[in-house]
Amino acid sequence: MDRRKYLKTMAVSSVGAAALLQSCETKPKQEIKEAEGAALNYDRTAAEKIREEKLRSEKFFDDHEMKTITILSDIIIPKDDVSGSASEAGVPAFIEFMAKDQPRYQTPLRGGLKWLDIQTLKRFNSDFASCTSEQQIEIVDEIAFPEKAKPEFQQGVTFFNTMRDLTACGFFTSKMGIKDLGYVGNTPNQWDGVPADVLAQYGVQYDERTLAESVKFDS
Amino acid sequence: MPEFQIKKTAKNYDVCIVGSGAGGGMAAYVLANAGIKVVLLEAGPLYDPAKNVTQLKWPWESPRRGASTPYRNFGDFDAAYGGWELEGEPYTRKSGTRFDWFRSRMVGGRTNHWGRISLRFGPKDFKHKSIDGLGDDWPIGYDDVAPFYDKVDRLVGVFGSKENFDNEPNGIFLPPPKPRLHELFIKEAGASMNIPVIPSRLSILTKPVNKERGVCFYCSQCNRGCTVHADFSSSSVLVKPAIATGNVDIIPNAMAREVLTNDEGVATGISFVNKDDMQEYTVNAKVVMLAASACESARLLLNSKSSRNPNGLANASNVVGKYLHDSTGTDMGGILPKLIGRKRYNEDGVGGMHVYTPWWLDNKKLNFPRGYHIEYYGGMGMPGYGFGFGMQGTNGKYPGRDGKKKEAGGYGASLKDDYRYFYGASFGMSGRGEAIAREDNYCEIDPGTVDKYGIPVLRFHYKWSDYEIQQAKHMKETFAEIITKMGGVITYGNDGTPENEYGLAAPGRIIHEVGTTRMGNDPKKSAVNKFNQAHDCKNLFVVDGGPFVSQADKNPTWTILALSMRASEYIIDELKKQNL
Repeated sequence: MDRRKYLKTMAVSSVGAAALLQSCETKPKQEIKEAEGAALNYDRTAAEKIREEKLRSEKFFDDHEMKTITILSDIIIPKDDVSGSASEAGVPAFIEFMAKDQPRYQTPLRGGLKWLDIQTLKRFNSDFASCTSEQQIEIVDEIAFPEKAKPEFQQGVTFFNTMRDLTACGFFTSKMGIKDLGYVGNTPNQWDGVPADVLAQYGVQYDERTLAESVKFDS
Repeated sequence: MPEFQIKKTAKNYDVCIVGSGAGGGMAAYVLANAGIKVVLLEAGPLYDPAKNVTQLKWPWESPRRGASTPYRNFGDFDAAYGGWELEGEPYTRKSGTRFDWFRSRMVGGRTNHWGRISLRFGPKDFKHKSIDGLGDDWPIGYDDVAPFYDKVDRLVGVFGSKENFDNEPNGIFLPPPKPRLHELFIKEAGASMNIPVIPSRLSILTKPVNKERGVCFYCSQCNRGCTVHADFSSSSVLVKPAIATGNVDIIPNAMAREVLTNDEGVATGISFVNKDDMQEYTVNAKVVMLAASACESARLLLNSKSSRNPNGLANASNVVGKYLHDSTGTDMGGILPKLIGRKRYNEDGVGGMHVYTPWWLDNKKLNFPRGYHIEYYGGMGMPGYGFGFGMQGTNGKYPGRDGKKKEAGGYGASLKDDYRYFYGASFGMSGRGEAIAREDNYCEIDPGTVDKYGIPVLRFHYKWSDYEIQQAKHMKETFAEIITKMGGVITYGNDGTPENEYGLAAPGRIIHEVGTTRMGNDPKKSAVNKFNQAHDCKNLFVVDGGPFVSQADKNPTWTILALSMRASEYIIDELKKQNL
């Protein structure tokens, strides 16, 4: 079976993926499926297959939490001239998966989301997701800058650091994010040294011995 | 009628090998090509990187973006079926000491994901006691091993450069790849500090060595296993062609329980449990070779007790399990500001560093007895899990594209751009040093614990001494100096104190553990002789890292390969003479 078709089948048959598709209605479906990784097309042992299946059948965050994660991830990595937003790259699904895959994330993330809702409830009488974007940014500004944040927001800073890490990582390891970053490897090639213009830019060159002894290519 | 019985394998073999990693794979290859009938037991499943593919996969193909799991401790795409902890196969530690034990259960063992750093030991490495009075000399010297290193170089393939250093012998090298950009800067810094920075020596094919294996296509992913077999792993380079001779029967998922012996104390075969059907089996052979890894082979010997050998087999000396030692390791890294905002191009290169630093100083002038080598990394690697973590520790420290420093952390379009801006500017280095082999660093049978197969497990006792701690301090000072000289800014690893042993990795963590069945001329002080043959049991050989008397500031694999080849040729000769 064609891999994409396989992915599609798996995404439809997976409860977790279906729920996610419903709860994040603005997300391009293909990216969600990529992030979901429902059909692993690389070497897995029997024990790993069992574990993957188990993880796939679980759901950790509820719809409200996923909504908040989606908003936060798009605040952290928004769409710009170069590429789309975190949620467009499937980041919320990645964060949901990591919480299941590495349970050490569960309490800091769930608790952090709750902490955030309590903050906005006190300040704006609303949960974070239901706040206006101005209100959301007001509270994010309190926790997004570790070196100037007030001591009473330290727990929020810790949570936001984790969210920043997971969001950026999820984004820049997605197809969209890698294209944005400009990583051009992971493909068969012949390494024949640093390009000449880059050597010139940095004022370095290969010495004669290196040029003489290093591997040479026919083409 | 008992509810289970031990099944005997009908066929009688010339040689039974336990373990299919570097030592076992080489033995199988050499023996099978000499027409000797071999049975190869492997505790894990079959594996061939051409079929079990993780190479060239993208991070998004992994739902965890390549993060490690309990089954893949070095990442989701890494070619190790195993880990620091295996389900149902515990090991324990003694007296509050620490030793971490990495086991790969698969054909090819740990050579499937290793770093391919293929260094010969030098003349001094075999005779270090004569130099500094510590540990012991090997019963053999460089000249004994050199012809086998040559043969391994030709058979397996290794790139490098002839430097004519005293204790970093030249090999028969394939041409090395050119250094990457950050490696050129490391080289410059090294030159100004009189630290050699030379082409690395990795068993990766930059040129073909035979028709069966392909040539490196520079994807930098040797740890995932190579679909064209362009790097050395025992599974593809040794076991596969050994089986192709028709002289090797391989039994996967066979967990060895004991070495069987007869009343005369001669080894007759191996008893094992088949993990697939959980049944007990025995297999008979004229010669038994253990290559299960230094600690696993020691465990097997210590568990092979009889009225004749109450202490375990080949252990009249009582040294089996003792003199366990792993390489030392510390790391440091940082950012090279001049690489911030760099131009993009594919610099994947081979799987690992293109340059390294062999030990360059005279220990007589230092306060620690043995050396270390330095491994380097950095550049524009493929993003994976962990990419961008901790940006708040970086983006407040340097001016951005607009030349202005900003508040650390943040969010939004400006943060998004920071990841692009800092990409490819990180680099780092790791020291890998020689520890002194000591009698009181050891593994032994835990008197109270068995694994799920009922096999008594190992208990470890290991402490670093002041020699290793002082060496680690020197590593840290050197790394800081190199990074500073390069104009770099240290972002991690500059936290060495006497209390944290200067960042020394826990024993076992570098996965170079050796010494548990050390070789020697004196049967009272060693388990095997200079041909890896047990003093107390002449048809029993150990050909993994166990027989190492000392580890050197090198990686052990190339020496395991050379000594296993040497022992195998000795066995062929002895079988011909009907001495075995």
